[in-house]
Amino acid sequence: VADLTTQADIYLDNAATSWPKPPVVLEAIQEFFANAGGNVGRAGHRRSIESSRRVSLARERLADLIGAETPDEVIFTKNATEGLNLAILGLAPEGGRIVTTSLEHNSVMRPLRHLEETGRCTLEVVEADGNSGAIDLDEWGAALRRGGWCLAVATHASNVTGALLPIEAMAQRAVAADVPIVVDASQSAGHIPLDVAALGASAVAMPGHKGLLGPSGTGVLYLAPGVDVPPLIRGGTGSQSELETQPDFVPDKYESGTHNAMGIVGLGAAAGYLAEVGVDNVYVRLTELTQRFRDGLARVEGVVVYGPDDPAKSIGIVSLNVEGIPCATVSRFLDDESRIMTRAGLHCSPAAHRSLGTAPEGTVRFSWGFDTTDEQIDAAVEALRSIAARRVETAGARA
Amino acid sequence: MKWGGVVSFFASEHAMRAERVLERAGLPARLVPGPREVSPNCGVAVAFRWEDEPKVEEALQSKKIRYEAIHPYELDDEEGTGSARVLTGEKA
Repeated sequence: VADLTTQADIYLDNAATSWPKPPVVLEAIQEFFANAGGNVGRAGHRRSIESSRRVSLARERLADLIGAETPDEVIFTKNATEGLNLAILGLAPEGGRIVTTSLEHNSVMRPLRHLEETGRCTLEVVEADGNSGAIDLDEWGAALRRGGWCLAVATHASNVTGALLPIEAMAQRAVAADVPIVVDASQSAGHIPLDVAALGASAVAMPGHKGLLGPSGTGVLYLAPGVDVPPLIRGGTGSQSELETQPDFVPDKYESGTHNAMGIVGLGAAAGYLAEVGVDNVYVRLTELTQRFRDGLARVEGVVVYGPDDPAKSIGIVSLNVEGIPCATVSRFLDDESRIMTRAGLHCSPAAHRSLGTAPEGTVRFSWGFDTTDEQIDAAVEALRSIAARRVETAGARA
Repeated sequence: MKWGGVVSFFASEHAMRAERVLERAGLPARLVPGPREVSPNCGVAVAFRWEDEPKVEEALQSKKIRYEAIHPYELDDEEGTGSARVLTGEKA
């Protein structure tokens, strides 16, 4: 195991998982094991109660942060994928239609294709522009109104380019058509203010470990009041132990088995930190960093940048390619030579890359966080300048 | 402290939230192991002073906290141990 603790890393892969975490996250986890550590909701002894108290407080903080009306609307999951599966499979209109976009991550697309393959639903994919995030709202609305039992599923932001979709308008169209909508907020949660109650979605899924700055193994599923879907798994909840059937009340209905209590407690601390910082301020900072990176790249030859021209229409992600050099090679050069960490490839979103014309190779994705510095952005620009120049030299030598 | 009542819940999450809500409302409250005859559901209950009963009910309802029932139930915090002892053991 390498010791990375003393090195000056430039971590630009926050869209995969955020790093570093706010110090309060680790402090809360340590405090949890010191003063709690019992199983959540499983006993009346003090360490169990102390654990339950901390998880409950975390649920309240998450509810406040995302604009849920009560903590009962917050379900803890192990990641966004679990939440998306729970919501999509639970709301799937048997024999009906599902309408989605071409910018979905495989955490959405694979459950949808599964429903299609097994003949449970038909799937309509409305094209969205991978560069701008633009989607034809009339086409979106028309697809929703085509009749029959229908469900809409849409991402808030592309995980490839960071492009924001007009999710409020899309949700409004769904609500107007009386179609429930599931929103994937994987890239937007913690990066741009979210008000789930105002959005009108039936479900909003998000990871705890990306913009929400919690540990991996955590996720949040918002289920709107009145949305009653079957659980993905069933089992022990600590409640109604005399019954051999699953409780029908939240959160126990959806939270079988021992919780990832330390993860949830860390996530709760991160939510408190974000509330203090203000997610609106995070968004402003990410936008500044995106602007700085794009301005820097505008003066580098041989780099093709994808994503919205206006940084305010994205959430801290820039995808790019260096002409003539495979994206995986660029990403390796960045890490080997400059300790700059990025992600190369398709980012689990093949349809989005087809939309950008970057399939099947993909792109190099740079993604920042609130703590990323101007100097780190400048270092990334300079490293790319060096790599791109190398390509020109190689091409020149070959000619 | 002598407690005169307990609130029982379906989910322990709601007991935790109730304790917090009552404390924030300035109403003394304490999580106690749920007396079996009161709550078979989630294992814990929230004890409160019976004279606060109307305010307890109001606070829980205003915060939309789902509870099973409110019971008169006499409990006493044993000195030094911090645990609760049933005084009457009788459910009203």
